Amino acid sequence: MAEPLSNPNLGIEDPFAGVDFSELEHSLRRPRTFMDFVLNGLVTLMTLSALVPLFSVVLMLLWRGGKRLGLALFTQLPPAPLETGGGFGNAIVGTVLMVLLAVLLSVPVGLMTAIYLAQAKQSKVAEVVRFAAKVLTGFPSILAGVFAYGAIVLTTGGFSALAGAVALSVLMLPTIVLTSEDALRMVPSRMKEASVGMGATSTQTVWMVLLPTAMPGILTGVMLAVARAAGETAPLIFTALFSNYWMWSHGEVQVLQPTASLAVLIYNFAGMPFKNQVELAWAAALVLVLFVLIANLIGQSLSNKQVQQG
Amino acid sequence: MSAHSSAQPGLPVLPGALFGSRQGEITQVPSPLQRAVDVTFRRLCHAFAWFTILLVTFIVLRIAMSAAPAMREQGWGFLTGRVWDANAGQFGILAQIWGTLYTSILALILGTAFGVAAAVFLSEGFLGSTIFGLLKYFGVHLHPWWGRLPDQIERILKELIELLAAIPSVVYGLWGIFVVIPLIRPLCHALHEHAGWIPLFSTDLSGPGVLPAVIVLAIMIMPTVTAISRDALVSVPVKLRMAAYGLGATRWESIFAVILPTASRGIAGGIVLAFGRALGETMALAMLVGNSNQINLSLFSPANTLAALLANNFPEAGPREVGLLMYAALVLLGITLVVNIMGAFILQRAAKNAAE
Amino acid sequence: MAASVQPIEPNSRPVASPHDHDIVMHCDIRELFYGNFKAVRDTSIPIKKNSITAFIGPSGCGKSTVLRCLNRMNDLVRGFRFEGKVRFRGRDIYETGIDPVAVRRFIGMVFQQPNPFATSIFNNVAFGLRLNGYKGDKAAKVESALRGAALWDEVKDKLHKSGLSLSGGQQQRLCIARAIATEPEVLLMDEPCSALDPIATRKIEELMTDLRKKFTIAIVTHNLQQAQRVADYTGFLYVDTSMGGRTGYLVEFEQSRKLFEDPQHKHTKEYIRGEFS
Repeated sequence: MAEPLSNPNLGIEDPFAGVDFSELEHSLRRPRTFMDFVLNGLVTLMTLSALVPLFSVVLMLLWRGGKRLGLALFTQLPPAPLETGGGFGNAIVGTVLMVLLAVLLSVPVGLMTAIYLAQAKQSKVAEVVRFAAKVLTGFPSILAGVFAYGAIVLTTGGFSALAGAVALSVLMLPTIVLTSEDALRMVPSRMKEASVGMGATSTQTVWMVLLPTAMPGILTGVMLAVARAAGETAPLIFTALFSNYWMWSHGEVQVLQPTASLAVLIYNFAGMPFKNQVELAWAAALVLVLFVLIANLIGQSLSNKQVQQG
Repeated sequence: MSAHSSAQPGLPVLPGALFGSRQGEITQVPSPLQRAVDVTFRRLCHAFAWFTILLVTFIVLRIAMSAAPAMREQGWGFLTGRVWDANAGQFGILAQIWGTLYTSILALILGTAFGVAAAVFLSEGFLGSTIFGLLKYFGVHLHPWWGRLPDQIERILKELIELLAAIPSVVYGLWGIFVVIPLIRPLCHALHEHAGWIPLFSTDLSGPGVLPAVIVLAIMIMPTVTAISRDALVSVPVKLRMAAYGLGATRWESIFAVILPTASRGIAGGIVLAFGRALGETMALAMLVGNSNQINLSLFSPANTLAALLANNFPEAGPREVGLLMYAALVLLGITLVVNIMGAFILQRAAKNAAE
Repeated sequence: MAASVQPIEPNSRPVASPHDHDIVMHCDIRELFYGNFKAVRDTSIPIKKNSITAFIGPSGCGKSTVLRCLNRMNDLVRGFRFEGKVRFRGRDIYETGIDPVAVRRFIGMVFQQPNPFATSIFNNVAFGLRLNGYKGDKAAKVESALRGAALWDEVKDKLHKSGLSLSGGQQQRLCIARAIATEPEVLLMDEPCSALDPIATRKIEELMTDLRKKFTIAIVTHNLQQAQRVADYTGFLYVDTSMGGRTGYLVEFEQSRKLFEDPQHKHTKEYIRGEFS
């Protein structure tokens, strides 16, 4: 029951006198609150510790890769064991060329497939295509290499930039299909209606309305696919192999010869017992990560553009 | 009111033409070229959609056909043999299958723990509320610049974790060789010294081995788990959270009792997809796992995986070995395909549930 | 049909005479289905040259569906089936062999929501010219279309700006400019003012009475005053729920003044009275 107030001058009964207000106070001595506190701390710690590798990788790249950063890296060829100096100009050229070739192979196919999917929506074929694309996203990258080895290397009789590009394009295709379809579907249907209502053929609607409006989103997908492909190593090891020489001889670009790439150079040099090669591997990793990050950033900024527009 | 047929008397209605377009009028019926382009383009898009389906089929068939001779020659014994020795003519991939599954499962446990924790951290506004509290303490929580800080930092954190997925695996491999292995070697040595009776620590780490590979693999798959789990957690309806909080649940009671169970399908799908990624990951493992065909529970012993086997042996393989490697590739394809289809299926059902 | 029509604005145009050769389109719907759902039945509406024809009726009566029949926009809907005739330029536009794409070029459409493309104002208006492969002076056509839509003075200094940067009312007038740039014969307007504020609505209404001089307009509206203000002819559609469905049909079609002042049918009377009281 309510006790009389401690202040005798007032003489009114306090309606809350029976309530223990300390019950309402925040206290870590209560097990429930304590558990909450511990779990808060644990989750925070785990999340932050997940970022430690990221910072460690970036710092190591800057520290060990930055040492060798210079013009020579881009103009010289990989050194032989025990040689000093050298660079990986041919690997940069090889990576850029194979990625470009892969873009040329996968973008037309991927974009047209996405256009079909965006138009067909629920047809059985569209469902199967979407499923195939999703299966392909989870496809181990090395199996793309195995496929290109079987389909190109064995039939043309040798390792080549073309085989590497085919392997990369298989990996790029699903990303391009799925992101482009999303971008095309995000075009408001009233814009499509407006175009159709003016008497545009469906092809005219696609080219004059859908593609221009969805372009930022499509380019985001392409840039993400490029970023992924540029860093891929497994599908290149036994398709493009490696080469210590420039890609051109007799004034022609040799697409059907073994071709160097940054990723394979890192793999090869990382395991070598020579300091020079290991340093070059770090420098190549720095260049590769910069390349990948720039591609990612371009993609991100483009996707923000589409959000603003929608 | 009779429906009259000729809107423009005197206007010839050509039998083939749709409407007679008049001279000087802007509006024209679609030209034959426009029609031809339209039909061609639509057929082309349809054809390319089919091409995507055929490509997947072709990839599987290509690998299966290349593997067929080796399959006939080796039979099921290939899957149970523990030795891969070209000189002895003995080929078996049990050790690689074991290595693939062992490293992937361990990496999955580690990656899931951190990945789901990060997803909860990102989706339940931990960081935002902490920073907001700090800002309030300094009295700047309504400041136009400082007041936006909680959202900004949460966004940056999310992007940083996504950035983990952007780093090429070969760079992780390099980092693993020169950072992770030297870093954990003393610890592993001590564990082996003092707790060597536990099977997990039964051998010493001599360089590459299961543990460094697992650590790097876990880092690589964590962003996948985080991204998909975060999506699932964010899509838990606000009314469910409110119901839990309204009953007086603490933040963690509502997370465990309401939010995680509701999002469990999506999280499970993310974990399965991450598992598929771990199974197929090649470079980090080829560089860190030691490439030695052993079946050993020890975390510190070297091992081998299917993907690493392919990466190491394909460049110099002769025609006979190519067939065997294709067989191994087919096994890897089978395992990852099953896991990936399962993951996609779970995610699809989770999405359907969320829609209802 | 009555013998003489009193124009709403006597000075703006000659008196519309009800002779048959003035009929540009004749819409004659017997039955119209979406899948198994019968949306409209027994609706026959003539649309006369240089007049505004309004479709009114309670929501769900299928007035938008009827309008969308007139340029075959319904073809985009899955399960759409149609029994009847829509005559235009001496042909039934639902005849086999008729390309709906061609139909839509001659019969333009303005939608409920303003729907400019995510491109510049100029390109929005020039869109139809490009579709039709127009070889002449595009800039002049764009200017005259924008003037026709009473938008020129507001946008002449920012033709390169995005069409989405305009206000709602301006966007709708941009869509009208886009539709009239190709000089289609008929302009269909599906509740063009429902997303706009009263001032913008006013402007569009003035524009419509102006456009009537050059074009033939059919408009769906849920606003009876609007139909009364701008339309020369009005069709009233009603929902028939007797068979358990919701099927729209035409109850009455008359000159606007006559329909609003002296409705013949019970449903029309109730609807018009209900709206005003």
